[in-house]
Amino acid sequence: MSAAAAATGASPVRDAVEWRLAAPLGLTYVVFFAAPFLILLGISFYADAEQTRLGFDSWLKFYTDAFYLKVIFDTLKLGVFAVVATTILAYPLALVFRASSPRMQRVLIFIILMPLLTSVVIRTFAWIVILAREGVINQTLMGLGLTATPLNLLQTELGLVLALTQIEMPLMLLPLLAIMNQLDQNLIDASRALGASKWRTFFRVILPLTLPGWIAGATLVFASATTAFISQSVIGGARLVYLPALIWQQSMVVYNWPFAAVASLTLLFTVLSGIMALSWLGRFARTT
Amino acid sequence: MGRTKAEIHPSMASQHTATAQAAQPLTLDGVTHSYGTGFAVDNVTLEVKGGELVALLGPSGCGKTTLLRIVAGFISQTNGKVIIGDRPIDVLPPNRREIGIVFQNYALFPHMTVAENIAYGLAARGESRAVQAERVAEMLATVRMEGFADRKPRQLSGGQQQRVALARALAIRPRILLLDEPFAALDKNLRLDMQIEIKRLQRQFALTAIMVTHDQDEAMSIADRIAVMSHGKIEQLGSPVEIYDEPATLFVNNFIGSSNLLKGRVEAVGSDGYRVALESGAVWTLAAKGRFEAGAPVLVSVRPEQMVLADEAAPDRLPVALKLSLPIGGALIHDATAAGGEDIKIAVPRRPGALSTGPGAAFAALAPHARPSLFPAASS
Repeated sequence: MSAAAAATGASPVRDAVEWRLAAPLGLTYVVFFAAPFLILLGISFYADAEQTRLGFDSWLKFYTDAFYLKVIFDTLKLGVFAVVATTILAYPLALVFRASSPRMQRVLIFIILMPLLTSVVIRTFAWIVILAREGVINQTLMGLGLTATPLNLLQTELGLVLALTQIEMPLMLLPLLAIMNQLDQNLIDASRALGASKWRTFFRVILPLTLPGWIAGATLVFASATTAFISQSVIGGARLVYLPALIWQQSMVVYNWPFAAVASLTLLFTVLSGIMALSWLGRFARTT
Repeated sequence: MGRTKAEIHPSMASQHTATAQAAQPLTLDGVTHSYGTGFAVDNVTLEVKGGELVALLGPSGCGKTTLLRIVAGFISQTNGKVIIGDRPIDVLPPNRREIGIVFQNYALFPHMTVAENIAYGLAARGESRAVQAERVAEMLATVRMEGFADRKPRQLSGGQQQRVALARALAIRPRILLLDEPFAALDKNLRLDMQIEIKRLQRQFALTAIMVTHDQDEAMSIADRIAVMSHGKIEQLGSPVEIYDEPATLFVNNFIGSSNLLKGRVEAVGSDGYRVALESGAVWTLAAKGRFEAGAPVLVSVRPEQMVLADEAAPDRLPVALKLSLPIGGALIHDATAAGGEDIKIAVPRRPGALSTGPGAAFAALAPHARPSLFPAASS
């Protein structure tokens, strides 16, 4: 409020300076994002791969074919699974982090950030070593006699969710830890003294008050898991098809650019719908 | 839990609940808590009688807050027992202790309305919605906050938040009420009102209560007894008057109120007390507590209001040089220097219209009925 009042009182010169400061990024955004996006949108309305004829054929073909609808659904499902898995692992860790001494917190932050220091490609290939038929998991399970034949983990959704959970974990943890650390201990103590169990305190006090951090983390994880082309392709292989791989295949193998454009826009909408669902959820985070 | 719920008519609520349960005593038996090598709380034994309000008073780091958190169950003590009534509660987690706490920052749940905050403890106990609504209305009336049920805590002033915090703590019909620096965050003008309010509620609900504070005025005004703490130990336990008039140790003496410390030596021990020769020139006969040999160096502690000014010299008057005179409320505080170089403050009642007197020489004497305290000089 006071900022707005100050702005109206400010001289026009000062306003102009503010705009110019944003210009480099704004211009970059227009040239390298907004314009290509419009071109992409335009291409999607070509009816044929050779881009000779306008029409809705590409859109109709994509949205009436059960195979492509399943690809959309699978991509959404992958994002949801990644969010659920990271959430289940991140909340307990965030509680541990909160209770730790400042020195222990620095150690934990280092461990949490360590995966980010290696490239996604390397981490993905590491997961192949772990998940493969002759990999670490299968050798351990067979060594313990828990299974006679190696499990199929590579090229399965389970394996992919497992790998993505590890890869995307820092994205969920960092916002969650930040907000968890700010939570007033007196609120937790007050809840306990009023007779609430630890679980009740978690669901009635800790969870609602840390929801904004979770929403930030979940948004990052969802967006990043649904668009994780490398992990999806390397671990999912040819058997599991998600939107990013479909776009690559249509544009670089089949050379059907209108169809690839439709797939690209669909991926954009898919990610957006997830983010919008999460921010809609944020309205219920009654933190103030 | 287990107790019968009193039938409550809103207007009759207070009288009813006050008699619904007898106030239970709280006993701390040799409670000790150590962090690494140091003691935060060192062998504290304290019995708070049923319906009594005891203030834990001391500087920060004296262990008073740790003691409060031990009673609440947020910290488990290294040694000793906490007993409510005749039942040790050390094995109980915080949510089973039935203790009401008001935090310094009130710790109201920011995502809940006032009504939801007050109902929180009742919901945790599985009370029905009807009981919750009834109790919320009753508590809002008790703290005079009717009409604020649907507000969020951030929409309330500090005093109002304090009232809601009290209502929330009292709604669960606690056996013990703990107050953690309850007035620290309030404006000075509001403090007295809230002190009266808390005292009223504590009486009305016949609650055994412990208040933690570093502010002696707060402790003095609402506590039945004060436990002055230092370095994890209780230095002195007594009524506010006892603590103020007869401080047991130099620490208590210096922490409570302001006092002038005058160096002296015991000249003789007589039947009417110790004859003390002050370094600043006067000889006083003091009927003070303590055991001192003739010739022992002592510190005489005199409160500013226990001294008067005179114009003429006498053996029991010490010469002082007046520097500043400040009218503070109903008193005139003289800042003076004694012959020995000691700074002295003398408070005399200010006559209406009287202005501060200027600098000059005067003689300070003990006021009639003044009871200065004596401490061994080595302990300073």
